[in-house]
Amino acid sequence: MSRNTDLDSDAAFQLEHVCRHYAMGDTSIRAVDDVSLTVPAGEFLALLGSSGSGKSTLLNLMAGLDRPTSGAIVAAGRNLAQLSSLELARYRRETVGMVFQSFNLLPRMTLEENVELPLRLAEVERSDRAARVRDALEHVRLTKRTGHRPSELSGGEQQRTAIARALVNRPKILLADEPTGNLDSATGEAIVTLLREIQSNLGMTIVMVTHERPLAERFADRLASMGDGKLLSADRTNAAATVDDSAEIRR
Amino acid sequence: MKLSDMTELAVRNLREAILRNSLTTLGVAVGVASLVAMLSLGVGLQQLATSRLSKSGLFDSIFVTPKTNLRGPGAGPPATRAAAPKARRLDDAARAEFAKLPNVIEVYPQIRFFTEVRFDGKPFATMVAGMPESSKASGSFDGMQGGFFSSGSADEAILQTEFAKELSLQTSSLIGKDLVLRYAERQALAPPDGSSDGGGFSVVPKEKHLRIIGVVETEPASGFGGFGSGRLLIPLAVAETLRAAQVNDLRDVLRDSGGDKPAYSSLTVRVKSASLVEATEAKIKEMGFGAFSLLDASKSMRIFFSVFDLLLGIFGSLALAVATLGIINTLVMAILERRREIGVLKALGAADRDVRQLFFVEAGVMGLAGGVLGVFFGWLIGRSLTLGTNIYLKRQDLPGVEISAVPWWLVGGAVGFAVLVSLAAGLYPASRAAKLNPVDALRYE
Repeated sequence: MSRNTDLDSDAAFQLEHVCRHYAMGDTSIRAVDDVSLTVPAGEFLALLGSSGSGKSTLLNLMAGLDRPTSGAIVAAGRNLAQLSSLELARYRRETVGMVFQSFNLLPRMTLEENVELPLRLAEVERSDRAARVRDALEHVRLTKRTGHRPSELSGGEQQRTAIARALVNRPKILLADEPTGNLDSATGEAIVTLLREIQSNLGMTIVMVTHERPLAERFADRLASMGDGKLLSADRTNAAATVDDSAEIRR
Repeated sequence: MKLSDMTELAVRNLREAILRNSLTTLGVAVGVASLVAMLSLGVGLQQLATSRLSKSGLFDSIFVTPKTNLRGPGAGPPATRAAAPKARRLDDAARAEFAKLPNVIEVYPQIRFFTEVRFDGKPFATMVAGMPESSKASGSFDGMQGGFFSSGSADEAILQTEFAKELSLQTSSLIGKDLVLRYAERQALAPPDGSSDGGGFSVVPKEKHLRIIGVVETEPASGFGGFGSGRLLIPLAVAETLRAAQVNDLRDVLRDSGGDKPAYSSLTVRVKSASLVEATEAKIKEMGFGAFSLLDASKSMRIFFSVFDLLLGIFGSLALAVATLGIINTLVMAILERRREIGVLKALGAADRDVRQLFFVEAGVMGLAGGVLGVFFGWLIGRSLTLGTNIYLKRQDLPGVEISAVPWWLVGGAVGFAVLVSLAAGLYPASRAAKLNPVDALRYE
């Protein structure tokens, strides 16, 4: 798969010299410029950076929504750059779940129906769906008003629904693109707390794009900063230590 | 995605823009309706024409003559005549053989003679014709006063209106009354010198009592060269037992070689349907008789209706073609509106194929709904045309007709065609939606 031989089998993601260039007229924009990064399985990584730094583009590449101009993105043992569009769709459906800043719930569907949508795409039997939807909604602690439409709910509730939708196919990886961007700070904090909880309860890998450094420092295991398409730094935070300790204690 | 989920989502999506999609579906319905109305008119007129013609017995009959009859319609110049089969006499044995051929309903001779009828003590001269059983179905007896012969050999008579008026101005009062047929029976004479040829006949006056059971408006025609001018109609079997001297007899005598054995100058063979005429006609020719049918005429009629239907179909399809543009337009609009939704679906793991199929199913559902609705509208248009025509005909004192027909094949064909055309219209929008880049689609505000 990868040209690299020292492939970390424990890694959720292994990015090798990933570039994503856009042609804009005569000039080429390097949205992502030679990024190499390994995300171990079970890690909560926060991708920081100002707008236009390339962090969302990198997340889209990791989500299989976009393809790198060059380089390799190895996820779940497969190089996304080499997958067919059908295989990429399968990857998005089964391996990763996505959460967006603007929630992206379908407005004419109820919460339950929105959460059910990935199950339809994955052709899960109808008889199993209700239980899976309930299960996912319990993870985000949404059990009331599930028959309502998104517009009838608060932003926090909508984002919880979106997280439930991302979880319903039981992926190993959760990718969140500015999940707190449209929420007030208290609600935003609640959402990131929820993500952290899901990460430790379900043993998931989470990559969260954000520009709120304090929030990231409190909850993420590691911070990766980007600027002008390049990866500037990737450091562990205090949160990582405390979580590791608590994990130690639990064991 | 499974088809059931796909259909559910498609119907949901269609309901979201209910007004626009209803109008588009209505467009398809109008297109299908015009197609169905046109074709139902074509089919109806064809059914009308063929049923009238087949009832008349013109197209399912074969006119059989002896091969020796040079003046018969089946004979040509000697050089062109097939030499092979031996010419045979058209006698009772041949008649029985025809009756045994497959698909033959009836074999009957033409019997028509001019004679005197006595009614109420007064003499009237008229033409008498024998009517075969099958003539009841010809349509000529529809709407008659009284009824048809109670049996094939009943001593009963049906009068043609003009003749009935000569007997009594109140024609309905004639029914149930008796009349006397005075006719000349033909009796064969033994050849004077015992040789086989040159049999003549003498004519013996006879009488037959008949009961009038009906009065018919039109002069029934059954088979060509048929009974057109008969004004007093009796069952064919009765007419045969009379052995009345006929006009043709004289001609027979002039060239007859059959002695005293009775022979027919012609027989009419009726088969089950016009399509069976050709095969039966060939068999009769093989047996050594001259045979003739109006098959060619019916063939050209079928060709005429095929072309007629084709033209109607083309005009009807024009409206459907316009409706197709409506579907394309609606779906392209839907893509613009639903960019974000398509992006979300793709982010959640929908493959290009899923998105394409979703749009395809939406087009198909609109086509199906439009098709079903359109068939109903088309049927309504056909009904109103029939109704209008019949009101007009009634004013002219003519019997009503069914000028439009929507057979099941037209229903199925029209709905199927609507779905097919809609799917074709969905091709471009569906592939455009499938190709949408999810990153761009999600960025779109």
